[in-house]
Amino acid sequence: MRFAVPSNQAKEPDMQVTMTINGESVTKECEPRTLLVHFIRDIVGLRGTHWGCDTSNCGTCVLWVDGEPVKSCTMLAAMADGREVRTVEGLEQNGQLDPIQEGFRECHGLQCGFCTPGMMMTGRWILDNNPNPSEEEIREGISGQLCRCTGYHNIVKSIQWAAEHPAENEVKA
Amino acid sequence: MQTPAPLEEYVRATSVADAIAQLEKYGEDARLVAGGHSLIPMMRLRLARPEALIDINDLDELKSIKVEGNEIVIGAMVRHREVLDSPLLFEHYPIFRECEKVIADPVVRNRGTVGGSYCQADPSEDLSALGSALRGSVVIQNSTGTRTVPMREFHFGPYMTQVGDGEILTEVRFPIRPGAGSAYEKVERRVGDWAVTSVGTFVVVKNGVVEDCGIGLAAVGAEHFCVPAAEEFLIGKAPTEENLVQAATLAAEGCNPSSDQRGPADYKKHLAKELTLRALRRSVQSSQGA
Ligand SMILES: Cc1cc2nc3c(=O)[nH]c(=O)nc-3n(C[C@H](O)[C@H](O)[C@H](O)COP(=O)(O)OP(=O)(O)OC[C@H]3O[C@@H](n4cnc5c(N)ncnc54)[C@H](O)[C@@H]3O)c2cc1C
Ligand code: FES
Ligand code: FES
Repeated sequence: MRFAVPSNQAKEPDMQVTMTINGESVTKECEPRTLLVHFIRDIVGLRGTHWGCDTSNCGTCVLWVDGEPVKSCTMLAAMADGREVRTVEGLEQNGQLDPIQEGFRECHGLQCGFCTPGMMMTGRWILDNNPNPSEEEIREGISGQLCRCTGYHNIVKSIQWAAEHPAENEVKA
Repeated sequence: MQTPAPLEEYVRATSVADAIAQLEKYGEDARLVAGGHSLIPMMRLRLARPEALIDINDLDELKSIKVEGNEIVIGAMVRHREVLDSPLLFEHYPIFRECEKVIADPVVRNRGTVGGSYCQADPSEDLSALGSALRGSVVIQNSTGTRTVPMREFHFGPYMTQVGDGEILTEVRFPIRPGAGSAYEKVERRVGDWAVTSVGTFVVVKNGVVEDCGIGLAAVGAEHFCVPAAEEFLIGKAPTEENLVQAATLAAEGCNPSSDQRGPADYKKHLAKELTLRALRRSVQSSQGA
């Protein structure tokens, strides 16, 4: 059951899409109109990526396509065919949480947790491109994403915490 | 909980010629998709219901920023973030960086493209104000050849451009003006939002006189995003505060904003004057001949 498409409009899936998701090749059927966020959540079954708006404003759906954060509600699954996708589930490596995840835990970076997947995916990307960002750079980096709970302060602190505690295989700035 | 209307076909174009052939094959119900950050929101709201989508994201031939002769050439598939980060564009016109910094948000800028912005032709499109200010041009290709259209003749009206059925915008071009200063000013209700009003300008000052200038305005109903009377007033005069104020006043008078959820018309007119003045001041300051 896919709740994305109301049942009165449900139609036979009519295309096959293959993408690498968190390092694994995945092939599934969908419709040409299927949004990437629905494909990931409802067809592949990775529910870590959230869906929060119809206006491309909230950013809780952010995941990476070919190494860059993208609002997955504003891309068709078909457009991601053959591309490399990384979702929040792909942050943890070999049972080790990513520093960005540890940061959100250490600094109380979430309350309801709805915005958290998008915030963490963008946060990880900010640090990969700039291991030592200023507070302003972090705030600018997450400015396309909404949090209704934290007032952003602890999200910024969480990303700063991750910057100060890089994983062993990361280079410290 | 919205999802686009059923879509019959999705195809990936392999070249510009292939994109044109696909557009011809599927006819008027086909649309190109670039970044998709205007088209997909419109499809979700069912304001757009294309039957076939032709994806041009693989067209590497449309992805470069370069100088050709005395023009800067930006490919249609260059993303907002690449414009923002380009040292080449910044060197010639700081307005590119100032404008891109206030377009949408960093994640949207990873996807949205230059070509998509011009073809979307939203009355609030920031790059349209920039393009009109710099008096750029666009190159449009179809199966019979290419043509170059000045930015100030490109729009027929809101969301309507010279790009017809079976056509693709391949690049935008901007004349290089040595010594030009430029600036962009935008008022938005919140970070990442469309403009209440925005204004971009360039000025070339030589021997204490404005030799050339351009003023582009978005979201205020200026025809072709410009008010030539304001530019004509300033050219040939000294860039004094008094003259800049007069040019800004003329710019605002040439606008025809409407009241909407982003603000009342008279407020937008006030902004058109004030932002033009601020952008002109900074353009004059940064013009190397000043
Ligand atoms: C949350 C959000 C906030 C935004 N805020 C702003 C803002 O503040 N200022 C601003 O200026 N913009 C803003 N935008 C719009 C953004 O800049 C878009 O990326 C841009 O308008 C469209 O570019 P695109 O590549 O995504 O185009 P698409 O959505 O792919 O295409 C738009 C239209 O152009 C056509 N098209 C695309 N490329 C071509 C081509 N090469 N030749 C012919 N036709 C083509 C398509 O068929 C479609 O009709 C915002 C968008 C979002 C989602
Ligand atoms: S669900 Fe994608 S931006 Fe809100
Ligand atoms: S923690 Fe609730 S929306 Fe961010």
